[in-house]
Amino acid sequence: MNENIRLMFTPEFFAAILLPALIGGIAITICSSLLGVTLVLKRYSMIGDGLSHIGYGALSVAAVMNLAPLKVALPVVIIAAFILLRLSESSKINGDAAIALFSTTALAIGILVSSKAGLTNDVSHYMFGSILAMSKSDVILSVVLSVIVILAFIFLYNRIFSVTFDENFARATGVNAGIYNMIFAVLTAVTVVLGMMMMGALLISSLIVIPTLTAMRICNSFKGVVLTSGAVSVASFLIGMMISLLFNTAPGASIVIVNVSFFVLFSFLGSLMKRRGIS
Amino acid sequence: MKAIIECRNAAASYDGKKVIGSLSFTLNEGELLCILGENGSGKSTLIKCLLGIKQLDSGKIIMGEGLKPSDIGYLPQYTNLQNGFPATVAEVVISGCLGRRGLRPFYSSAEKKLAQQAMERLGIADLAKKSCRELSGGQQQKMFLARAMCAAKKLLLLDEPLNGLDPAAQEDMYKLITELNQKDGMTVIMVSHDVVRSVDCASRILCLCSSDHCFFGTPEEYLSSHISKKFSGGSK
Repeated sequence: MNENIRLMFTPEFFAAILLPALIGGIAITICSSLLGVTLVLKRYSMIGDGLSHIGYGALSVAAVMNLAPLKVALPVVIIAAFILLRLSESSKINGDAAIALFSTTALAIGILVSSKAGLTNDVSHYMFGSILAMSKSDVILSVVLSVIVILAFIFLYNRIFSVTFDENFARATGVNAGIYNMIFAVLTAVTVVLGMMMMGALLISSLIVIPTLTAMRICNSFKGVVLTSGAVSVASFLIGMMISLLFNTAPGASIVIVNVSFFVLFSFLGSLMKRRGIS
Repeated sequence: MKAIIECRNAAASYDGKKVIGSLSFTLNEGELLCILGENGSGKSTLIKCLLGIKQLDSGKIIMGEGLKPSDIGYLPQYTNLQNGFPATVAEVVISGCLGRRGLRPFYSSAEKKLAQQAMERLGIADLAKKSCRELSGGQQQKMFLARAMCAAKKLLLLDEPLNGLDPAAQEDMYKLITELNQKDGMTVIMVSHDVVRSVDCASRILCLCSSDHCFFGTPEEYLSSHISKKFSGGSK
């Protein structure tokens, strides 16, 4: 443990590995928690999970074919996001089942292709994430994405609220809800692909879902939930990273466990507030 | 009298089933139209077509001159208030102002005042900071009406505004709707199940009896028609 701490404070390690990981990680956690508020409240939680599996499939195929992983995964996942949103909106098809069908198929293709090509080691990065190995371009893309998401939440906040709360009413008053759903699909897809590299395909959906659920335990207003989930998410990321460096644990899993701990803590606080009649 | 909505041979279906055959009527500004009909007769479908959320199979709905979607306030039927959606009453009510914002991102103080007035008028101003998941059915209904009032400049479309209200609250709601119509000059289209009250307050009645049979006219004409006798079970 002491060895780890000493290593962490060498300037070279900090500048080359830790700083990009922290910047990229904070950017991704902000994106996933903000987008998560809408996804969870619109009952699209499963979409994040489905997309990550599809992303895994696409990344594996790209790795085997020796193509740039992001250039293959991003378009595939964006298209998948459109399809999954459509499926969830149409009442005729069971959205949940459709997502499960899509995501497991993609996952199976990914595993099949990579195991056949003997690339399981490379590809397992995408399964479990490797935040300390984020490339410079990944970090830049994450920061650009988070700026877009934050600006969207500031300037489109009222529309986002209306479309999330009651899409029919939003449409009736002349808000083009379809465009917002599309913007969300694209932003979610990009977030999931970037988040996968950091957290891994198996855990990225927790970054989308848990902060919102945590914030909902204590917040009454939409604004409160948006701000709290962002804050909780960034705090969980930083604490999780710290734990992972100090105790040499897997970063993605540590971050998720901290997130869950916050959820438990906030649930407790929420029930306490209710009992005292504060909320 | 200027026409605000003209429906010409409109036909619509719901889940592939034809519910409105061929409907034609013209509604003038300042009227209060009650839409009657049994469950599944296409009342809500018609409202959605008027709002433009749903496409007609054939025929036309012509909006009066200068009537934009952003002039219309809408109260959905049984708003599926998601289990535990975190939003305060004030947040929900002011979201009605969104249509009039155009592309400007933030609400002005005038709009905040409008939302405040709507809440005061419905007697829910003291609930403004409360979470909407803690409201009773009646309070929720009032919140959604306040939101519709924020949105409406010329036309209010109310889909069963009395759902979930106790008799006293229903009375209040009727008074308020009549007041909005008569004092504020708002055109109101309202779906209702209550024949007696509708006949009492409306200036026009539209009864969707079956997909190819309907009635449109004044309450007096409605009462003397055989359709009303059939619909109210012969008691009227």
